[in-house]
Amino acid sequence: MAGTTVHARRGRFRGSTAMRDNLAGWLFVAPVVIILGLFMLLPILMALWVSLTDWNGQGSPFRSGVPFVGTGNYTRLFTEDGLARQDFMTSIRNNIYYVAIVVPAQTVLALGLAVIVNSRMLKGKTFFRAAFFFPSVTSSVAISVVFLFIFANSGAVTSLLGVFGIDGPDWFSDSRGILHLLLGAVGLVDPSAPPSALTSGGPFGLSWWEWLSGPSVAMTTIIMLVVWTTSGTFMLMFLAALQDIPVTLEEASMLDGAGRWQRFRYVTLPMLKPTLFLVLTLGLISTWQVFDQIYVMSQGNPSKTTLTPAFLSYQTAFRSFEYGSGTAISFVLFMIIVVMTLIQRWIMRERNGGSRPRRHAHAPAHASARASARTGRS
Amino acid sequence: MKRRSVSRNSNIRTAALGAAVCAVVLSSAACGSGFDDKGAQQAPQSSGPAQLQILIGSSGDAETAAVKDAAAKWASANGATATVTPAQDLAQQLGQAFAGSSPPDVFYVDASRFADYASVGALEPYGDKISNPDDFYPSLRTAFTHDGTFYCAPKDFSTLALVINQDLWAKAKLTDADVPTTWDQLTAVSKKLKAADVTPITIGDTRDRVGAFMVEAGGWITSPDGKQATADSPENLAALDYVQSLLKDKLAQYPKALDSGWGGEAFGKGKAAMTIEGNWIKGALQADFPDVKYTVHELPAGPKGKGTLSFTNCWGISSKSKYKQQAISFVEAMTKADQQMAFAQAFGVMPSRQSAKDAYVKEFPNDAPFVNGVDYAQGPVNAPKMDSVLADFDSGIQQLSSTAPKTLLERVQKNTQAALG
Repeated sequence: MAGTTVHARRGRFRGSTAMRDNLAGWLFVAPVVIILGLFMLLPILMALWVSLTDWNGQGSPFRSGVPFVGTGNYTRLFTEDGLARQDFMTSIRNNIYYVAIVVPAQTVLALGLAVIVNSRMLKGKTFFRAAFFFPSVTSSVAISVVFLFIFANSGAVTSLLGVFGIDGPDWFSDSRGILHLLLGAVGLVDPSAPPSALTSGGPFGLSWWEWLSGPSVAMTTIIMLVVWTTSGTFMLMFLAALQDIPVTLEEASMLDGAGRWQRFRYVTLPMLKPTLFLVLTLGLISTWQVFDQIYVMSQGNPSKTTLTPAFLSYQTAFRSFEYGSGTAISFVLFMIIVVMTLIQRWIMRERNGGSRPRRHAHAPAHASARASARTGRS
Repeated sequence: MKRRSVSRNSNIRTAALGAAVCAVVLSSAACGSGFDDKGAQQAPQSSGPAQLQILIGSSGDAETAAVKDAAAKWASANGATATVTPAQDLAQQLGQAFAGSSPPDVFYVDASRFADYASVGALEPYGDKISNPDDFYPSLRTAFTHDGTFYCAPKDFSTLALVINQDLWAKAKLTDADVPTTWDQLTAVSKKLKAADVTPITIGDTRDRVGAFMVEAGGWITSPDGKQATADSPENLAALDYVQSLLKDKLAQYPKALDSGWGGEAFGKGKAAMTIEGNWIKGALQADFPDVKYTVHELPAGPKGKGTLSFTNCWGISSKSKYKQQAISFVEAMTKADQQMAFAQAFGVMPSRQSAKDAYVKEFPNDAPFVNGVDYAQGPVNAPKMDSVLADFDSGIQQLSSTAPKTLLERVQKNTQAALG
């Protein structure tokens, strides 16, 4: 390398500046690497080993007598007809509905709040920013307990609904699925007597009727809680990205005659793509791992409609002392999250063709927007 | 040239990093002690002054103080030290302790987890070394017998009984003569209470309460020896049908529907006239709802007669303990009749020795229905790996008003058979 000859001529120093920088970098990072490696990576690898065994919790799982079952714990979750598979598939079903509702809801809400707070005509921006962000900094356990009281049968929500003459459900003891209720309300299916085509047969040990239950009423309260809590954090991310958009760009689009909605859709949103990708990824990861709220509020009840894989993994390992099965569930969850993140990355990559957002020539309003974009960004 | 050397450097670096990680992982796998499988061998016993570690799942300060006092008395009498630690989460801490191969010497073992611990060899069977083992109630001895061996001494017990709110009872113009002793009388009395605009009875939505009806009908989840699944039986079906009818007619409500965490809370708040709970309700009512006037009666009899559920803990001694002899002497001191009476006075549990029954009933005459229940009580399911099956049963019971009991019992039967192997 050309640089090394220059550095070698310096001679007096023991190593080149680049090498010393390198070493300094490693020294700075070393404590965290050691801690993470020892307390995170190592236990994860140990758990991987436990998931391949039938360890009963007595003594170390690395001693010689521990029975090795290979992928038996994993196949039991997917192929063997039994309680383990039923519980696992129920938790997956609950979590799928949870993710499908929470991720869009919190993204849209966060974006909406960010746009509002960013609006030039809003007074007291700092106050609103703090107010919307406040639930995110509060302990999730504290919020869960408060929601338990609010949604109790004699709590605030039921009283409020009573003011409007609506007889609210028993929120936390109601295990009926929302989809079931909707289908019943529309008149397609009778929830108390579903057709046998739906109740018999179905993948992975659950009937089609059970797969199509939607989140239960109890799960809906948890969904409301989580959307309210996490939209604050994502609002901050969107806000930062919105404030990064050069004002000249928006002014240029306004000059070209773009209306508010057109401006939002063709100027703002494309520039938010990286942040959107981040918010969606973080949202996916955290919703698939939901545990705190389940543990504090419902423990999987009523009737396992708030059971999620993360909580099931904890319950199986520490309450039932089936450590092999519990760790297997957590690794399957890990694979699900990795696959979903990769899929999402692929989808968003496809549209952008790179990390930089591209302008689409859809309407003449963008022609000059593009020009000013190029000059604005260079 | 530059690019190739850079990429070669980075390749070498990556390979070195990977090798270092593998080395760390493999060498750390060798860390830790106790790798030889000493399961079959006895833990080495140490004679001389003992240092016992005792882990208890305390119900509150009263229990912790009482056990610590008793332990200190034993320690000074025997020239040993006994350290009593109340656990935050007994099951989890025991799980961690067993995995770490240095569990406490003496600890509480809940009857519902007993089979799990006994089947993996975590407990020392000392039942035959305790003085007068036949003095313990037979149903309690059965709860702590695994594979024909009586493992550990029960420390106390509780049973379920019918608790009645005097004021709400009088509101419906009912008297002591109306206290139900059969299922039909229970239904009739409940209808009268409902007509007086009172929720008649609240029952916990778990097998630990609804199971009492199953016992009264003559059925249970497993056979008496704990080896066969008997969940899907006509007796159990009759019991669940009866409870379902109570729920559907709104004669019985689950505590959650009454905004309460458990039956005692709903009862204390005056939301139900009757509840089925254990003798722990006395302490709870005294602490939280002191104004409630209540009486206790034995549960109504079902088709097969009287039945109730019992809950008990035993003093478990770890099979890996170094002080087994001293631990047995400790448990001996804790389960003496007069020591059990002292515990009863301190925190309201019932002695597990039959010889202490008279003293207890003399001191607490109102608890006679609880004590009498032990003669016909069914203990928790005494089989390993049943925890998730019973949790699933509970989730079915939570939906009992809208599920067919036969389907639920078939599911429990299938799961129990799978668990019992």
